[in-house]
Amino acid sequence: MTPDTKTAAKPATDPKGYTANELLAILSARQLKEGQVVFAGVGVPLLAATLAQRLGCPGLTILFEGGVVGAFIEPGKLPPSTNDQRCTRRANMVLGSADVLLLLQRGYVDVGFMGGAQIDQYGNLNSSFIGDPKNPKTRLPGTGGGNDISSLTDMIVAMKHEKRRFVENVDFVTSPGWLSGGTSRREAGLTHGGMFRVVTELAVFGFDEKTRRMKPLALNPGVTREELQDNTGFRLDFDPDLGTTDPPSERELSTLRMLDPERLFIA
Amino acid sequence: MTVVRPYDTLRKDLAERDRSLREKVMTLEEAAALVHDGDTVGIGGCTMSRTPMGMIWALIRAGRKRLSCSRSIMSSDGDWLIGSGASDHVLTSWFSQSILFGISKVMRHNVENGTARFEEWSHMGVGMRFRAGAMGVPFVPVRSMLGSGVAGELAAVKEMDCPFTGEKLLLVPALNPKVALIHVQRCDAYGNAQIDGLQFMDIDLAMAADRVILTTERIVSNDQIRRAPDHTKIPFFTVDAVVELPFGCAPHECYGVYEPMLDHMRYYVGLVNKDPVNGMKEYLDRFVYGPKSWVEYLGLIGIDHVLAAARAGESIYDA
Repeated sequence: MTPDTKTAAKPATDPKGYTANELLAILSARQLKEGQVVFAGVGVPLLAATLAQRLGCPGLTILFEGGVVGAFIEPGKLPPSTNDQRCTRRANMVLGSADVLLLLQRGYVDVGFMGGAQIDQYGNLNSSFIGDPKNPKTRLPGTGGGNDISSLTDMIVAMKHEKRRFVENVDFVTSPGWLSGGTSRREAGLTHGGMFRVVTELAVFGFDEKTRRMKPLALNPGVTREELQDNTGFRLDFDPDLGTTDPPSERELSTLRMLDPERLFIA
Repeated sequence: MTVVRPYDTLRKDLAERDRSLREKVMTLEEAAALVHDGDTVGIGGCTMSRTPMGMIWALIRAGRKRLSCSRSIMSSDGDWLIGSGASDHVLTSWFSQSILFGISKVMRHNVENGTARFEEWSHMGVGMRFRAGAMGVPFVPVRSMLGSGVAGELAAVKEMDCPFTGEKLLLVPALNPKVALIHVQRCDAYGNAQIDGLQFMDIDLAMAADRVILTTERIVSNDQIRRAPDHTKIPFFTVDAVVELPFGCAPHECYGVYEPMLDHMRYYVGLVNKDPVNGMKEYLDRFVYGPKSWVEYLGLIGIDHVLAAARAGESIYDA
């Protein structure tokens, strides 16, 4: 559901020994729990959910908007979208796409998981317009199932951390987070779910229970508070006991690379 | 045009259709003649899957204009439609050449310059519009899109307080396209259609539309259909035309038959994203207007490429 994915197949050259997308996939996979039902978007979310299945959540049920219930993606056969036949390998069931999305509305989905192009302090996502929607500078691809997922369940977003992507207020609310914070989401009629975690190559974020503003929960290895603030377009409130994420383990990295040998989504 | 057709009109339009058990097999060109300039067109499949590319190809060749096209998610099918000038309005939830290739420069060029309108609904929103159309009701309530810019941009949604619970709901109007284009793995000459694998929104779309044009990998006997009636997803009386069109989704995929022809997609994307006007023109001239037949188009994609995609497609059934 993110607009900017390339297919370049190149080995990891980062001095840390892993790429930003590899870190995103691994940190996101750690957010998932055994037995959950997760609605995953294509790219890093699909990969991270599959990684979680391989690393300790074999009972994780993955749903795809194409209509798949209970997918187990095969290593080296990553689907180019969540609507391709490869998504159905070893699945329990295929449904119509409206019906799989309705599982969100009925409440069967524990967590939604997608990428993002632009996010704001309240976790609202924009994947529709850059600039004024009436006369946009750039028309982006739109919401897909993103609006449905973020309207109806707890959300994890995995995305690149850049100042232009982490803005005070998005140009357009494509997929709702906590809207304008406080109780505004509930007042709009969105009575369940909401933005839960944002995972980037710099940090892992949660949301304040009262204000619903985004706040860092843990910095990734080697990242400083100043660096995080400098790359974020809104003020961050740091807890004194801010944690640090564990770096990717050998097992996490090797399993991930086994799943995506062509480096479609982890390059 | 009103957003929702009154029920009396909807019933009258259906009553006037020839719904008898009759053979409907015709050529691609004959089927294209059933679609008229300015029609609302519902398109089956999703992204690069079971897209009726051959039918879209034929509509562009027939010179159709001002088609208003709706689909769950649009990929290069949407590019073709607006880039050729066949359509000036698309209604969809996501318009990209796929996650592998990213944002469509053809979409951007046409939408940002105002030659086409991209009306964005959530994925479930599109589905529930077809569902309401299939149900014969003017709207259905949903709990998504509330509070978002997506709903804010749409003139055709309304909020209401539930008369039972008082909860806030969003009403999405029925969508009953003039014609639906759907590609299936097999159907009989009457239009009883069997869909393998992912069905997307195609059943609702067929029920909702005024007219259904099926393209199919294979026409089979009615006896064969009757051997597995549980596989039949679209009943014959919704169908108006049956066109046998092997590899009719190329270069997209057809479940269990072929995977997407990604090398050709890569070539296409490279061409049109470098120059969304001249690149598109070059592609259309060479691959859409140029060939004498769909088979010749497949030949231009390349027999080796088509066969490799078929081998990968059938592998979904491997143990």
